[in-house]
Amino acid sequence: MALRLSRPPKPLHLIALGGALTFTLAACGGSSSPSATGDGAGDGASASGECAAYSQYGDLKGKTVSVYTSIVTPEDTPQIDSYKPFEKCTGATVKYEGDKAFETQVLVRAKAGNPPDIAYVPQPGLLAQLVSTGKAVEAPKEVSDNVDKFWSKDWKGYSTIDGKFYGAPLGANFKSLVWYSPKMFKDKGYQIPTTLDELQALSEKIAADGKSKPWCAGIASGEATGWVITDWMEDMMLRLSGPEEYDKWVKHEIAFNSPGPTAALDKVGSILKNDKFVNGGLGNVKSIATTTFQDGGLPILDGDCYMHRQASFYAANWPEGTKVAEDGDVFAFALPGVTADSKPALGGGEFVLAFSDRPEVKAFQTYLSTDTWANNKAKASPLGGWISANKGLDVNNLVSPIDKLATSVLQDPNAVFRFDGSDAMPAAIGSNAFWKQATSWITGQSTKDTVDKIEAAWPK
Amino acid sequence: METTDKIVKMLEAILLFAAVVGIILFLASRVRGKKGDKAVAALFLLPTAVMVLVGLVYPGARTIYESLFDAAGSTFIGLDNYQTIFTSSDQLTVLRNTVLWVVVTPFVATAIGLLYAILIDKARIEAFAKALIFLPMAISFVGASIIWKFVYEFRPEQGDIKQIGLLNQVMIWLGFSPHQWLINSPGNTFFLIIIMIWIQAGFAMTVLSAAIKAIPEDIVEAARLDGVKAIGMFRFVTVPSIRPALIVVLTTIGIGTLKVFDIVRTVTGGQFDTSVIANEFYSQSFRSDNQGLGAALAVMLFLLVIPIVVYNIRQLRSAEAR
Repeated sequence: MALRLSRPPKPLHLIALGGALTFTLAACGGSSSPSATGDGAGDGASASGECAAYSQYGDLKGKTVSVYTSIVTPEDTPQIDSYKPFEKCTGATVKYEGDKAFETQVLVRAKAGNPPDIAYVPQPGLLAQLVSTGKAVEAPKEVSDNVDKFWSKDWKGYSTIDGKFYGAPLGANFKSLVWYSPKMFKDKGYQIPTTLDELQALSEKIAADGKSKPWCAGIASGEATGWVITDWMEDMMLRLSGPEEYDKWVKHEIAFNSPGPTAALDKVGSILKNDKFVNGGLGNVKSIATTTFQDGGLPILDGDCYMHRQASFYAANWPEGTKVAEDGDVFAFALPGVTADSKPALGGGEFVLAFSDRPEVKAFQTYLSTDTWANNKAKASPLGGWISANKGLDVNNLVSPIDKLATSVLQDPNAVFRFDGSDAMPAAIGSNAFWKQATSWITGQSTKDTVDKIEAAWPK
Repeated sequence: METTDKIVKMLEAILLFAAVVGIILFLASRVRGKKGDKAVAALFLLPTAVMVLVGLVYPGARTIYESLFDAAGSTFIGLDNYQTIFTSSDQLTVLRNTVLWVVVTPFVATAIGLLYAILIDKARIEAFAKALIFLPMAISFVGASIIWKFVYEFRPEQGDIKQIGLLNQVMIWLGFSPHQWLINSPGNTFFLIIIMIWIQAGFAMTVLSAAIKAIPEDIVEAARLDGVKAIGMFRFVTVPSIRPALIVVLTTIGIGTLKVFDIVRTVTGGQFDTSVIANEFYSQSFRSDNQGLGAALAVMLFLLVIPIVVYNIRQLRSAEAR
């Protein structure tokens, strides 16, 4: 699932609740979005060097672009800040509206004929649904050119429907990460594994060595409980069967219960359903089902668990004061492939979809697809926690080591990137049956029953 | 929309409302003659009728219509969605859970409320005792669910890890090991039902307590003179006297239980085979994007509520007739 919290609330439910309240309050206060309609807006565009990069957009004084997204507090501030140079130089105003219920509401709004100018769509599946309402418009040529220039080819494919290209990627997240404690690894003399077999061997070794279990995990996430396992399975599918089979699996050109996916889920089971390996500091295998995904990796800090597979956003989930760095309390390594030189990378991201082709909307869309914006965004995120697969993004503008690591993998020309598969599957699978059956699987259902039931739920 | 715009919009809406009401009143005042009363009644009914049509009849009819279509709402598939509800194993679990909810909740909540009302009747701390059990009623479903989620919270029994869930801590005090209450079906549905009972028992108690107090003193006196003991008093005096109130309480809780959504969604999200019709309807319509099945589930819910409402109204009528 494309986690709509690219940076989830703090682990405790109570705090999450407080956060939810804040969101609600923020939503009630009307869009108190930035109206930095710049002083002497348009005139600045022609002259100063600072605005030179924006002159292509022309004078948009008095024009407004509405943006509707799933990115809410506290992530929205860096977003809004990153639009300021654009607003200042062109004179346009960007009205930003973040909504936790974005994924359902955006469809309702599109169908009701009240879409925003621009929506940041976190799933290719949802993007296709929105395009099928007939309200979305194709991306302008400038955006298309920018995407050709700054992104690897597969990214463009995710927002191309029936040969028409609809939107540039915005942010990204990188899922194939295993969090660990560098200190614990050093103390025990463990090496970071470079192949899946080494990972398995290391897990066995840790399990044999001491009291702490090698892995910890949590999949509880309210109605979305189970999505963590879908990510695990996608990672294994991509590694064991390769990217071509992976694509076929996502598009349902091979059945969900065919040998490839079954083997992938079994591979996940060899870790997550192995009582010797899990669930460090959290209980037995079944405790995975009721541990929230936010709490899943925390036992690493107490030395109760060695490894936790979770996306780059998990960096924000460590308690305050935790040093996330190669020489810190926790860090991550990329989940290895079958061989040391294969670099399969699973990730996600948002796409900029427009519902209007007014010039100011086009201009803003184009701005978001440039390297200028990506770097502005990086600079506007002093706390880190944001990455992009935009090759024009200068890694040095990122502050956190984990963001740098993730971005360098995403930009690596040898990396085989694939988008989170469950996000591209039909909603009946990707945000229902897959989660539900994965949850049943961890609480005892067999792999075969699991894949059979998901296959049966696939919309005909 | 800026906040000021919103306030202006709101004022406009209020003015519009006042204007419509004004016009209706004005027209009503101009109606004279023999059939005047009927015309006035019709005029007064007009706004309600319009709102019921727009807000209830049209959406209801539309939902029934949509329940005959496929996931995208484009192809007519007849009763296939209903067939799915009664054949697919997932949907059958949903139906089973709904039945459990409806069978258990109203009776247990009413029984607890009734027992409590009788026990504390005329006790010295009656007001305090009533407030105590009525308090959960003041908590929203979501709030209550979060509270109970903590009660059921599980931590493993290893090392120095402490339980944070009340129930598991009690288990440990009693010498048992902690248990994951919410993952084993169908037992987990009962743990969710407890939350609903906790909320609704207060409601049952309040209504029934008022009904008990309204029992004429002379009946009680007469029964006592006839030598009726406590249990006989309960069976032959109290229950028959408060029968209408009992039915109102049972049916009200029954309808509320059929529509239960918040508790399931907050505590388990419908996972671990705990989903009920209302929750499944939401998941199918908005998460799974299967509008046809979602609509069919909504219609099912509607069909299940109707008999209870009909029974409720008939009982009220016969009570009035007496």
